[in-house]
Amino acid sequence: MALAAAEIAPVVQRHWLGETARRHPTVMIGVMLLLAMAAMALLAPYLGTVDPLAVAPVKRLRPPSEFYWFGTDSYGRDIYSRTLYGARVSLTVGLSVAMFGTALGLAIGLVTGFVRRLDLVVMRVMDALMSVPPVLLAIALMALTKASLGNVVLAITITEVPRVARLVRSVVLSLREQPFVEAAVAAGTGFWRTLLRHILPNTIAPLLVQATYICAAAMITEAVLSFIGAGTSPEIPSWGNMMAEGRSYFQIKPYLVLFPGAFLSLTVLAVNLVGDGLRDALDPRLARRL
Amino acid sequence: MLAYVVRRLVATVFVMAFVAFFVFSLLYLTPGDPAATIAGDLATADDIARIHRQLGLDDPFLVRFGHWAWGVLQGDLGTSIFTNLPVTTLIGQRVGPTVSLTIMALIITLGFAIPLGVIAASKVGSWIDRLVMVVAVLGFSVPSFVLAYFAILCFSVWLDWLPVQGYASLSEGFAPFIEHLILPSIVLGLIYGALIARITRAAMLEVLSQDYIRTAQAKGLTEGKVLVGHALRNAAIPIVTVIGSGIALLIGGVIVTETVFAIPGIGRLTVDAILRRDYPIIQGVTLILSAVYVVINLLVDMSYTFFDPRVRF
Repeated sequence: MALAAAEIAPVVQRHWLGETARRHPTVMIGVMLLLAMAAMALLAPYLGTVDPLAVAPVKRLRPPSEFYWFGTDSYGRDIYSRTLYGARVSLTVGLSVAMFGTALGLAIGLVTGFVRRLDLVVMRVMDALMSVPPVLLAIALMALTKASLGNVVLAITITEVPRVARLVRSVVLSLREQPFVEAAVAAGTGFWRTLLRHILPNTIAPLLVQATYICAAAMITEAVLSFIGAGTSPEIPSWGNMMAEGRSYFQIKPYLVLFPGAFLSLTVLAVNLVGDGLRDALDPRLARRL
Repeated sequence: MLAYVVRRLVATVFVMAFVAFFVFSLLYLTPGDPAATIAGDLATADDIARIHRQLGLDDPFLVRFGHWAWGVLQGDLGTSIFTNLPVTTLIGQRVGPTVSLTIMALIITLGFAIPLGVIAASKVGSWIDRLVMVVAVLGFSVPSFVLAYFAILCFSVWLDWLPVQGYASLSEGFAPFIEHLILPSIVLGLIYGALIARITRAAMLEVLSQDYIRTAQAKGLTEGKVLVGHALRNAAIPIVTVIGSGIALLIGGVIVTETVFAIPGIGRLTVDAILRRDYPIIQGVTLILSAVYVVINLLVDMSYTFFDPRVRF
């Protein structure tokens, strides 16, 4: 029996992969793009780049050429190298916010959905945080702190937590009425065991989809914060910072803005395509409509 | 209904009180001493202590919050550290361009997004449906400031059809007013429009599968009457909900769009305040825009009974 299962498994896996590629070609495009961006971020030092912080005033504002593939900026820094290293900032922020935001939101949503006394107080605080538009909330929080990657991640995470908490809470509220949860409680299962063994696994699917959208939104918000001067330190090669620096020369040197802008858009598009694919796979009924 | 309205208004007051508390806490947690900033570089310790007493900065946190909230209720949002002008005056001076930009973005967005969503749903699987879906995904993925630069490059720099940047008020003439606003409005509205087109399509698809739509078609009504009179009206609630909640995208987008297009509105005021660390302005703008967002969503909730008389609160 075990032998038969082992023989079948690779066939099923190959079939599943091929089927996914056939039914959701856009998802495969998203996955490929995302893997390419991740590889670019990780392997940046080996992809013909130079020091992204190296200033060379005599080589300032050089157009794209065989020596400087994406040209140089107003400090003579190589835009190709800065664009590739910029992927690190964007992906770090996107993944970190998705991870911390979902973890915190999950914890709050699980507990408030299951403990009614906490629900009243905590969810009103979440409602109030949700009543401030996310970008504005992130700006207000960043105004308090100094420019750094950690603070950007923290500020954007705070803006995303209430949405995750509300999503998880709504799932928990419907799950707690289900017979299998009532049966577990009736059988004397403890609070934490009910929460972690019976409720938590059922929240993972919607949470996974939400995490991809949070990742995409966080990358855009990071770029917006850096672009308006409230994000990472200006010398850090983030795509938002590069666009902010390039905007004064935009009309005569559009490549200063277009390269980081195009890479940012492609990365966000890739994450959104993966998110749409996950949603379609996990909720086929919704997939037909959206 | 009246009981629901009162309940929602009370809830809104509580939410705004919390937002006000949060905004005040930002001022409280702000690094640096406002008295030292106001007193200037040549001030003595006695000068700073005097300003502390005058402004009540030595009072306990809750007392200070009470004084500040009372001022806010009377329309006093504090004074800008950099310009020394009241924040309400500064916001009042900048509100015109922002309102013009937002209303124009709303008109363009709703004028295109809802019809496109309806057409896509009525011709599901066709090229127009696929086009709407592609534009919707792209709209979500291309940040507004990236799109803004691409649009300026195409329509202003290469084709020379529209001004690159700036703002012309209505008093300078209708043509320059529209010329300066058209590109920023489209850029600002694209993400919002993508969201609304997608939700319109989804809500319409749900309604179009209902029996009463088949009945309407069977009794010989034209496609337009079925789509608009029967389907769209019944699909309105999720669409209107997203129009309300999506206003957050417009508010966030205004800050960036005004920066790229050099429009002297509230968004630009915010960015300038961030660069100068002018905290009272950042707080005032946060409070005002959050209030606008909350009130719009309250109105959206109230509108449900208009679109669907079966809805009872």
